[in-house]
Amino acid sequence: MRIFHSLALAVASVLALAGSARAADLRPQSKLLLTGGVSNVEGAGGGGLASWATTTGYGAAQGVGANLHATGAKLDDYELRSWGAAAGLFDRVEVSYARQAFDTGKTGALLGIGKGFTFHQDIWGAKAVLVGDAIYDQDRLLPQIAVGVQHKNNDRDGLVAALGARSDKGTDYYLAATELLLAQSLLINGTVRSTAANQFGLLGFGGPNGGRSTQVEGSVAWLASKRLAFGAEYRSKPDNLAFARENDAVDVFAAYALNKNLSVTAAYVDLGDIATFKNQRGLYLSLQAGF
Amino acid sequence: MKTALALGVLTVAVAAMTHRVAAQTPAPAPAWAVPGEEVVDPYAVSDANAGATPLADRAVFEAFHGKAGIDRIIDDLVDRSFTDPRTKDIFVAFDRVRIKRTLSEQVCHVLGGGCAYTGRDMAAAHKDMGLVGSDMNALVENLQLAMDREGVPFGAQNRLLAKLAPMKREMSTR
Ligand code: HEM
Repeated sequence: MRIFHSLALAVASVLALAGSARAADLRPQSKLLLTGGVSNVEGAGGGGLASWATTTGYGAAQGVGANLHATGAKLDDYELRSWGAAAGLFDRVEVSYARQAFDTGKTGALLGIGKGFTFHQDIWGAKAVLVGDAIYDQDRLLPQIAVGVQHKNNDRDGLVAALGARSDKGTDYYLAATELLLAQSLLINGTVRSTAANQFGLLGFGGPNGGRSTQVEGSVAWLASKRLAFGAEYRSKPDNLAFARENDAVDVFAAYALNKNLSVTAAYVDLGDIATFKNQRGLYLSLQAGF
Repeated sequence: MKTALALGVLTVAVAAMTHRVAAQTPAPAPAWAVPGEEVVDPYAVSDANAGATPLADRAVFEAFHGKAGIDRIIDDLVDRSFTDPRTKDIFVAFDRVRIKRTLSEQVCHVLGGGCAYTGRDMAAAHKDMGLVGSDMNALVENLQLAMDREGVPFGAQNRLLAKLAPMKREMSTR
């Protein structure tokens, strides 16, 4: 996939940044492997579909971490690509940007919008940790809790309006709770999200069936080793458009950290029906490079 | 074991009482000290100083290959801590012999191996070091490497880490 090429170039600049963070005595790379999560579909630190309460990258309380990601998912009738950048600051705050491309490929012709018609979306995200320490508070039931916001802007204003969406822009708000049960080698996350996004926002926001609603995300991951985690996720989505039904999404994933600079996530996702095409399932692959 | 402990407490108590007058002559080493160990200021000895209750299940202690395995892990961990650029400046001023002994006792105690812990509590032992989260993570990484080297399975490693993790609050600012 094309996006993985430009990633290589970007990695070099991120590593140069890591060098200057070290020179500034910001103690980069001081978090444990995989503990910031990976870059999810919206560019936030989390699993594949869910946003977690952890902050991305390997900067601990005294440092910053940052990374780039490139993701591709080949579904039965569409292709979803994304790239983005994110930074974690002092284990408290995360800022992220992602650009998603939803490529209709051959299906575009069948939908009457043209072969290879592609929707794009910019997602600007921020997250702040409120309480808890998922890693060190092993004697407390209180999870790490964070609030987040994701502002999304779709570039196909005219078409999403024609499909019935009320807007081509929207903002998601979420509250995420992440608990690491170290004695069980398990990570559990639950998130509630207030959103009007149709198919993450790729088909606009709101519609004839409704506007903003509360949705949930859940992830369970088993840590098989320092570098390897296996997990499963669920994410509910609104069903606002009249021309096509929207379903909830699920995935099973494996995340592998080669080291603190490179990790790979492979997943099998089921996004349900998308724009009248049934059961959109496929392989999801994401690379993350950073410090 | 019990008598040795009682004797030790007594020695510490006596040392505490004579501390002012005998400032010039070093206090005698307690019974549990190993050769080469420096004598530290007196403190009340108690298993509670270990900072965590022992695991009930012996399987984890066995996965660490008992006290001998723990000794090898701690030996490796402490040596790494004295050379790792992230932690060596903190360790350099302290007594490697004593840290190895007390840390090994602590891990053995916490894993339910039946060892008595004769060291200080975590707040006292790390007082004024100015430890922060990244120091802790560096130590945990080195402990993981030492446990890997001993062949301790990842799940058993996490049982120990789950016991040690909350101690961070006692010894570091954030
Ligand atoms: C969960 C993490 C930790 C545990 C369980 C732990 C445990 C211990 C124990 C049992 C002692 C011996 C106390 C005594 O002899 O009375 C000790 C001393 C010491 N620890 Fe830690 N420690 C931890 C984290 C750290 C970290 C992160 C550092 C620095 C990077 C550190 C540096 C030291 C030093 C320098 C001493 C010697 C103090 C002295 O002799 O006065 N420890 N620790």
